[in-house]
Amino acid sequence: MSVRALLDIHVARKRFADTTVLKDVRLALQPREAVSLLGPSGCGKSTLLRIVAGLEQDFQGELRRPDGEVAFVFQEPRLMPWLTVEQNIGFSDDNHYDRAWVTQLIEEVGLKGFAQALPKALSGGMAQRVAIARGLYSRPQVLLLDEPFSAVDAFTRMKLQDLLLQLAEHHAIALLLVTHDVDEALYLSDRVLVMDNRPSSIRQALAVELPHPRDRRDPRLAQLKALSLTALQQAHVI
Amino acid sequence: MTSKTQAVPLATPLAINRSAWPRRLKGLVLPVLILLVLEVVVRVGWLPSYQMPAPSEIALTLTDLAEGALWKHISASLGRVVLGFVIGASLALVFAAWVGLSREAEAYLEPTFAGLRSIPSLAWVPLLLLWLGIDETSKIVLIAIGAFFPVYLNGVAAIRDIDRKLVEVGQMYGFSRRRLVRRILLPAALPGLFTGLRSGLSLAWMFLVAAELIAATKGLGYLLSDGRETSRPDIVLAAIIVLALLGKVSDGLLAALEKRCLAWRDTFQGAGQ
Repeated sequence: MSVRALLDIHVARKRFADTTVLKDVRLALQPREAVSLLGPSGCGKSTLLRIVAGLEQDFQGELRRPDGEVAFVFQEPRLMPWLTVEQNIGFSDDNHYDRAWVTQLIEEVGLKGFAQALPKALSGGMAQRVAIARGLYSRPQVLLLDEPFSAVDAFTRMKLQDLLLQLAEHHAIALLLVTHDVDEALYLSDRVLVMDNRPSSIRQALAVELPHPRDRRDPRLAQLKALSLTALQQAHVI
Repeated sequence: MTSKTQAVPLATPLAINRSAWPRRLKGLVLPVLILLVLEVVVRVGWLPSYQMPAPSEIALTLTDLAEGALWKHISASLGRVVLGFVIGASLALVFAAWVGLSREAEAYLEPTFAGLRSIPSLAWVPLLLLWLGIDETSKIVLIAIGAFFPVYLNGVAAIRDIDRKLVEVGQMYGFSRRRLVRRILLPAALPGLFTGLRSGLSLAWMFLVAAELIAATKGLGYLLSDGRETSRPDIVLAAIIVLALLGKVSDGLLAALEKRCLAWRDTFQGAGQ
């Protein structure tokens, strides 16, 4: 590892009660890199992400996070229903948030004109755009995403994936993404890490060495998909 | 295309007018019908007027009272309710926040409150009279006790019902406990708190009447018992009507405040017109 990694985690062991969920998981994230964690339900992908986010502190191992901010986008938008879109995006700064920056983010996620809207007026896809903007507000170096697009329809998901890539590129952010969707993992990331069942560790790492912007119809993506399906099968995920 | 877009703003206000007024009128149908039937029944003589005065007679009694002692009674009752409710609800909010936020406080306090809650609140009356006498203090304490429990119960439930997922967003940002309360817990608990405050207020009115029926020289409860002692059902009914109006108005004020504070809620508004 020549370049100093942006984020470095080694979980020797993480258990819930008597069950060991994660065992000997090592993960390093380079600046501007996009990495996906792919694996079965309940294998501890989300737990790993929560450990990185600092939401889970009870584990054996080491975590080295960047000096700058690490932001988290949850599976659901988790917007405060009593705050407007604008206030939700600037949530971490209470009421003295940077209005110009919020306005710019609103435009970047394609919600111009919705600054004063309440979350109840937004569709699922729009709410998730606000959640992404809220994640970007703190100008993070790393964005952690826990199945961020699993609750929206297929077309909205594709649009949001493109939006995410564009924003990550524009703001030079590294992405660490948990997903169940093989296509999503391959389309978004530079590396796909396949995790196996409990107690899980990283079973296989697939490099996706295709330039961006990628074409969803690219036959090389299809080949990689076949490879990852094989890996998932070997890990007894499917 | 242009004709369509122009037609929309014209049609909307009309639609609102059409639906808003009949709705209010629908609510008036039953009371007006009852009043008319009562008037006829009493006038014809099917009901003796010394037991059930005609609605018109009650209206006359009300105007008479309004020129004399009614305002004194209303201000006495209103003052007691406001003071008792403010004291009871404030204490309840403090304890609800304490018990709701801290499991330690819950372990110490909740069993005691559960025990106290199982006492029918009116059972306190003799004790309050013994301890505090028959003047204002005992009435206000009784009203405060009445308002306390609904506010407390709904408050604790409101805090414990908060979506953990929203709280986690605050933890993600490393919010301090204070900031978590101010930015997430309080606004998220607000709907439940309002439910508690409104039922607390209605209980405050109930306990006001109980307190004034027992021992008072002024107030609407006194008017009720005065009417009974002097065999004046019209006075009793007039007092009941005033109590109903005051209860409705005070609840309406809270409801308006609730609507203002909770405009963000995405709730079912009922179906049909």
